[in-house]
Amino acid sequence: MKHFRSIGLALAATFAVSQAGAQELTGTLKNIKDTGAITLGFRDSSIPFSYLDDNQKPVGFAMDICYKIVDAVKKELKLDKLEVKLNPVTSATRIPLMANGTIDLECGSTTNNAERQKQVAFTNTHFLTASRYVFKKSSGLKSIDDLKGKTVVSTAGTTNIKQLTEANVAKGLGANIIPAKDHAEAFLMVETDRAVAFVMDDILLASLVAGSKSPGDYDISKDAFSKPEPYGIMLRKDDAAFKKVVDAATAALYTSGEAQKIYDKWFTQKIPPKGLNLNTPISAELKNEFAKPTDSPNPDDYK
Amino acid sequence: MNYNWNWGIFFQPNPMGTGSYLDMLLSGLALTLKTAVLAWIIALIAGSVVGVMRTLPSRGATWFGFAYVEFFRNMPLLVQLFLWFFVLPEILPRAAGLWLKQLPNAPFWTAAIGIGLFMSARVAVQLQAGISSLPRGQKMAATALGLTTVQGYRYVLLPMAFRIILPPLTSEFLNTIKNTAVAITIGLLELTGQARSMQEFSFQVFEAFTAATILYLLVNAVVVTAMRFLERWVAIPGYITGK
Repeated sequence: MKHFRSIGLALAATFAVSQAGAQELTGTLKNIKDTGAITLGFRDSSIPFSYLDDNQKPVGFAMDICYKIVDAVKKELKLDKLEVKLNPVTSATRIPLMANGTIDLECGSTTNNAERQKQVAFTNTHFLTASRYVFKKSSGLKSIDDLKGKTVVSTAGTTNIKQLTEANVAKGLGANIIPAKDHAEAFLMVETDRAVAFVMDDILLASLVAGSKSPGDYDISKDAFSKPEPYGIMLRKDDAAFKKVVDAATAALYTSGEAQKIYDKWFTQKIPPKGLNLNTPISAELKNEFAKPTDSPNPDDYK
Repeated sequence: MNYNWNWGIFFQPNPMGTGSYLDMLLSGLALTLKTAVLAWIIALIAGSVVGVMRTLPSRGATWFGFAYVEFFRNMPLLVQLFLWFFVLPEILPRAAGLWLKQLPNAPFWTAAIGIGLFMSARVAVQLQAGISSLPRGQKMAATALGLTTVQGYRYVLLPMAFRIILPPLTSEFLNTIKNTAVAITIGLLELTGQARSMQEFSFQVFEAFTAATILYLLVNAVVVTAMRFLERWVAIPGYITGK
């Protein structure tokens, strides 16, 4: 009799657990469990967040964070093996590929803002960057006011060109703003004197300068066009169960101090493939954010 | 698919403060049309001259026409625009290069001239084919009437050749309009460029490109209809193309 009862209890318990498990699994988590695979979207030239090394393998700060998330998902779903698929994305394809289920996480340098949250969700912020400009030291354009009447370039479709346009009106600079198709082209415009300054996220400017022919010729402005804005790993909207797992994984990573080590690896040491060093120690704002992780799109929340 | 459709996005203000997203696309459309029309004028003029040269008895003229066409026809348009915009100012003397670089609206002029020259090679080949398709006797008859070579082309050969090649010229014009999309690579924010900006700002990818597609289709429909009217208007009964 006793035996029967304990077997019955055990059965009931197993049943309850498996049923609870079945109920929890929806959306992305269910997909990952069913297929035994998770797909990460990577960028091919977003140094040092997500880019290809000399073996054409995607590496970077955001990739390292994504692999930590993959470990957490694997643990959550109690899988022995979880295949990681990699899919290249560009700024033009990341949303369609996220929406149609091709990628589950986008590991790159995507700004988390309210407008974009209508379309996708973001996990805890992994980087903060302000809009600044790069210029040739020889031109000595130290402050934003020095840009008066000059030709300034920024990348079309970015938040940076929007901020530049606003500042141009607000400060009455009368600068001639030209849009470039991508960051490399915009930087080329400064290199060839077609424009005197290129307005962009400061970290991207640092990597462009480090990778240029003569890094010593350039300087990045102290003046900023914006408050530091958050970058986040992108995931599908309205998938609370998956977001919970991802948020917990990034929060654990950031608060444990391990994130600081990963940060230092990509921002203060030589990185592949060319051994560049971005020389960008962690900012006070990002340090605070790592202590108290948040996925807020509002720059005012990161002080 | 887990996509948040929002067709109302076109009427929301764009972040550049220049009106709604629709205004952004329409300003892109205006730039596309300006670039295409200027490029087409260049293509017609340069293409006609080179096309005629390819049919002249002079060996030098034929050779020049051949070299011109092969130069502009065999290089991808994307590469040509890049060369004109980024490479040309660097190989000029420094002062001239700097002047060229700081020219206002440099991307617009480069795109219009670059696309115009690219298309002119195609127009030249069409025109050469049109002239060659005329019976040899036409040229002889013109000479027999006492017309000079210039007059022969002006009054006999070209009026017929242009009528014959009008339908293929229509599709070359449509190609010119579509080719302006390449100008995005040198920073010209034409229709495709504005659609891309819109998707970057709002993340509403499909709406942006659907609108761009519809606008291109509308423009091309207008061009095709207008060219039909032109064909009918210039048709002469008894000619190959007349009824």
